[in-house]
Amino acid sequence: MDFATLIQILDSSLRLATPLLLACLAGLFSERSGIFDIGLEAKMLISAFFSAAFAYTTGSVWLGLLAGILASMVFAGIHGLASITFRGNQLISGVALNFLASGMTVLIAQDWFQQGGRTPSLIGRARFEGIELPFAIGPSDAEAAGRPLSELLAEAGPLQLFYSELVSGHSVLVYVALLAVPASWWVLFRTRFGLRLRAVGENPAAVDTAGISVIGLRYSAMVIVGLLCGLAGAYLATGLQAGFVKDMTAGRGYIALAALIFAKWRPWHALGACLLFGLLQALALRTDVVEALFRFKLPVQFLDSLPYILTVVILAGFVGKAIPPRAGGEPYVKER
Amino acid sequence: MKDLAEAAGQSSGAPPAIELRGISKAFGPVQANKDISLSVARGAIHGIIGENGAGKSTLMSILFGFYKADKGEILINGAQTEIPDSQAAIAAGIGMVFQHFKLVENFTVLENVVLGAEEGALLRTTMSKARAHLTKIAEDYEMNVDPDAKIEEIGVGQQQRVEILKSLYRNAEILILDEPTGVLTPAEADHLFRILRGLRDEGKTIILITHKLREIMEVTDTVSVMRRGEMTATVRTAETSPEALAELMVGRKVLLRVDKKPATPGATVLKVDNLRVVDDDKVERLKGVSFEVRAGEILGIAGVAGNGQSELLEVLGGMMAGTGLVEINGQSIDLTGKRSNGRSRRKRGIAHVPEDRQREGLIMDFTAWENMVFGYQWDPGHNNGWLMDNAGIRAETAGKMERFDVRPPDPHLAAKNFSGGNQQKIVLAREIERNPDLLLVGQPTRGVDIGAIEFIHQRIVDLRDAGKAILLVSVELDEIMGLSDRIAVMFDGRIMGERLPGETSEGELGLLMAGVTNAQEAG
Amino acid sequence: MDVMPKWADVLLVPVISLILAMVISALVILGIGEDPWAALKLMVQGSFGSTYGWGYTLFYATNFIFTGLAFAVASHAAMFNIGAEGQATLGGLGVALVCLALPWPHWTLALPAAMAGGALFGAAWAFLPAWLAAKRGSHIVITTIMFNFIGAAVLNYMLVNAMRPEGSMDPASAKFPDGTNLPTLHEMLAVVGIPFAKSAPANVALLIALLACFLVWLLLWRTRFGFELRAYGKSESGAIYAGISPTKIIIVAMLISGGLSGLMAVNNVMGEAERLVLNSVEGAGFIGIAVALMGRNHPLGILISAILFGFLYQGGAELALWTTIPRELIVVIQGLVILFTGALDNMVRMPIERLFLWRRRSRQTAGE
Repeated sequence: MDFATLIQILDSSLRLATPLLLACLAGLFSERSGIFDIGLEAKMLISAFFSAAFAYTTGSVWLGLLAGILASMVFAGIHGLASITFRGNQLISGVALNFLASGMTVLIAQDWFQQGGRTPSLIGRARFEGIELPFAIGPSDAEAAGRPLSELLAEAGPLQLFYSELVSGHSVLVYVALLAVPASWWVLFRTRFGLRLRAVGENPAAVDTAGISVIGLRYSAMVIVGLLCGLAGAYLATGLQAGFVKDMTAGRGYIALAALIFAKWRPWHALGACLLFGLLQALALRTDVVEALFRFKLPVQFLDSLPYILTVVILAGFVGKAIPPRAGGEPYVKER
Repeated sequence: MKDLAEAAGQSSGAPPAIELRGISKAFGPVQANKDISLSVARGAIHGIIGENGAGKSTLMSILFGFYKADKGEILINGAQTEIPDSQAAIAAGIGMVFQHFKLVENFTVLENVVLGAEEGALLRTTMSKARAHLTKIAEDYEMNVDPDAKIEEIGVGQQQRVEILKSLYRNAEILILDEPTGVLTPAEADHLFRILRGLRDEGKTIILITHKLREIMEVTDTVSVMRRGEMTATVRTAETSPEALAELMVGRKVLLRVDKKPATPGATVLKVDNLRVVDDDKVERLKGVSFEVRAGEILGIAGVAGNGQSELLEVLGGMMAGTGLVEINGQSIDLTGKRSNGRSRRKRGIAHVPEDRQREGLIMDFTAWENMVFGYQWDPGHNNGWLMDNAGIRAETAGKMERFDVRPPDPHLAAKNFSGGNQQKIVLAREIERNPDLLLVGQPTRGVDIGAIEFIHQRIVDLRDAGKAILLVSVELDEIMGLSDRIAVMFDGRIMGERLPGETSEGELGLLMAGVTNAQEAG
Repeated sequence: MDVMPKWADVLLVPVISLILAMVISALVILGIGEDPWAALKLMVQGSFGSTYGWGYTLFYATNFIFTGLAFAVASHAAMFNIGAEGQATLGGLGVALVCLALPWPHWTLALPAAMAGGALFGAAWAFLPAWLAAKRGSHIVITTIMFNFIGAAVLNYMLVNAMRPEGSMDPASAKFPDGTNLPTLHEMLAVVGIPFAKSAPANVALLIALLACFLVWLLLWRTRFGFELRAYGKSESGAIYAGISPTKIIIVAMLISGGLSGLMAVNNVMGEAERLVLNSVEGAGFIGIAVALMGRNHPLGILISAILFGFLYQGGAELALWTTIPRELIVVIQGLVILFTGALDNMVRMPIERLFLWRRRSRQTAGE
């Protein structure tokens, strides 16, 4: 495998890791506040649809992003209603919302665009384009030189190639996702809100008796979940791809959940886990590289399921123990 | 109300720190507090005493904003105050130390103290200031704790100090402690009382909730008695006696002694030698325990909760593994193998009334008849081949409920719908009517009403008189003294000594319970 | 204390939840510019109006009975088995391997073998999550979700790389031999002279599902193991006190659950498709959760709600056929039913409880 191929694969890993990372951080905030969320998938999907639909209709990807985030927040709100206010089963709520999102998106898409449950393809400003960082070789250079971009890149040195293809040229949401990691860490471990949020996921009674609203904290976690899943979904439909198609999240919500366990509920580790799972997804798309690398034909299905297998291994506790927040999944009822 | 005000020591004319007027609270069909009025002077330690379920904790939870009273008003320093939530209570200068601590286990002491009382949105500035402030309070009141220790790494006594520090950090003027000594050794309890007296001398008002008469007499200035949701009296501690308080608590003269003939012990039924237990956290809970129980006698195990008594019952009952020798009727028992479980113990003639009937002894959602065979469901007598003989079990249950006076005697009612005393009678009926050689019984009257206590004690004595061996574990010293034919005291996983009830005193047992081995000379 | 009488808990609360879900569904149909009343009529007509409709409704219901029972058995042992989807997928593989292994002469021979194959593979797929939960304390929800995905990958691999007939581009197994074809309701009812639509897929597996309902009821409420399983599900510490082994309960309950999920394949793979295709389970594993929730984890309730969901499926397919409403409407309704009967249960329950409490109070005061 040559250097250029490696860079290509890493580039594609980063793109594929982005929605995982955003959803994983969403799950992190949710579970740190004591609310299990197997409905990350639902929020990403509903956001993917609404962001694509609004981006297409208004011609502005930013309005699309806003609509996606709002839709995701509505779903997070329903999950909050079920699991916080009505103290229902959080797993069941997640399952229900996954169904609801899967059906609603197609239903509305069909009613709205009549294209068999998808949105029309997004072009121009209805999509997030790559940002060209200073000194990087990008499409504008290619245009100026009047040559194809691939040719320019082929002539570049390794450092320039690394910078131009891997660091530069991503859509703004990729950078937002990467910045969300230190931001999440800072919020969780350096602010009053973070202290309280971590406390409510461990022992809500301690928070309640300290005069802080358990319900308020958990709902604010839901808002963050809505925001991050909204970004993840919007990136899928308007960044990674150009439009919404049925069930386009394809289990990413669950992979994000797996990454969260893999990361043992810590932001920086979440970045590592998501990059690893992104790499696996990228490799599954380039089986030729895998074959060359291992001199052995690995079934693509094996690569596809590797994140799940790794998570089971982690859960089995053979590689360190994954201890979730103690109050996770339990609705808070004041003790008599 | 005149007596009350006098008792509260309101001679100076200053308003009481706390005044409650006509507080009522119902949970569904249960009336937990009925028209309660109370007045506590500033700078006093006021005790509230009553049996389990008398409504003490509910009343204090209302004061701390955990529940909203259905009726009544609260006055703090003479001003009427609404306390809709804990925040309002804290703002009104009330601090509460719950029976079950409200601490975040994997946070440090400092983080727990600061939680909810942070100064700004960022932790950096808050934390350094808080550290200084906390250190000062801890020094002022002689409550040393390491601010950077994690809660899960420190002992219960220390954890309780963190709870008190939490309140003081929030400038609490009124401190409520709910059953604070349940988990403490007598020495730790003494230290706590010293701290409380110090706080009182600084002008703080303290409310101590307990069901232990000894504590009330030792540390309080005034005391109120609660019974079945009502406040029955408020008096000066100096002007009352334990007997008078006990009578007020239960509403009639208490039989402190159980009516029983002297024991006639027979052959050794249970022999325990050098029994050791290590729990899941790798902590050694039993450190070489040895004793014997003979037929026709009751051996009482006294001790402060958490000194290995629970583990002793659990290992004998097959609920956890141990090492050492345990013999029943001269035959040794497997303590570690795969078949060492509750079922194999039952087959060897060991019946077990567990300490926690709601979590262990009963399945609360199961009916009375299902619970009546719980633990014995494998018995061929309850089965017809592959299927259980449900009709037969129901018929048998009706008889047992009648003989043990379980009310209501309805086999179809779920266990959760019986009162505490009647739940315990179901467990006893099941275990005693198996006619076991050895009965293990833990906290037989915890959360049981007075009438049922006498009945339960009588049944245990009857079983002894029928020539069975009984191992009794209780944290109630009165119960141990009243029921046992011999008393062994446990401390820190060891048996500190054995005494005969007629030849010892509560004082001597108390020293043993605190781990003082030369009690002979001290007593 | 029980505030409500039992009938309110078992009947009133789920029915009100169901009505709420239906009202919202109607609003959704209105929202996409269709007439909910006409849609309902079409659904009822399409699923119950002919023996053809019944044949499909009962075919779907059979699937849901198996997965609903699977969820319920695990649920009584306090195990949230969300992995019926994967277990049914593997069950399909087991059934297919059995059906393709021999030139079966007659279905009566093939059926027991296929049942064993399906149940065995389904149970095997539940074993590892169960073992990890019992021995390593791994969260059963997460592990079973992961096994759903791994199961899908296994099936994909088997169909693409191993079971695909030579020359076929379709990721599917070969057609099963004729000797494995199960009698449909048409053939069975013809024996007693009742006419039934010929092309409907309902088959003899329906009877196996009904038998499974009875056996699960017997197991849970009439056997020692059922007693122990339910006791463990209510209180682990109680079970340990009683000498019931948590490991045994968790593993056996999950094996039974996985086995029931795997048995579903007898209906959809052997009874209908007569070959193994990708995604043959089509979400029935998840619908089992809804079915069990609505049926209050009781076989009789599961039977009733499985038929209701069968109606939804068949009615929804008819809608998609005759109107412009996409088939995904079923998925929406399904989501709403799970949401209201499961997650938002307390929203309905709490006001009703208050009502009963108020009635009891006023009766008491009247009595005094």
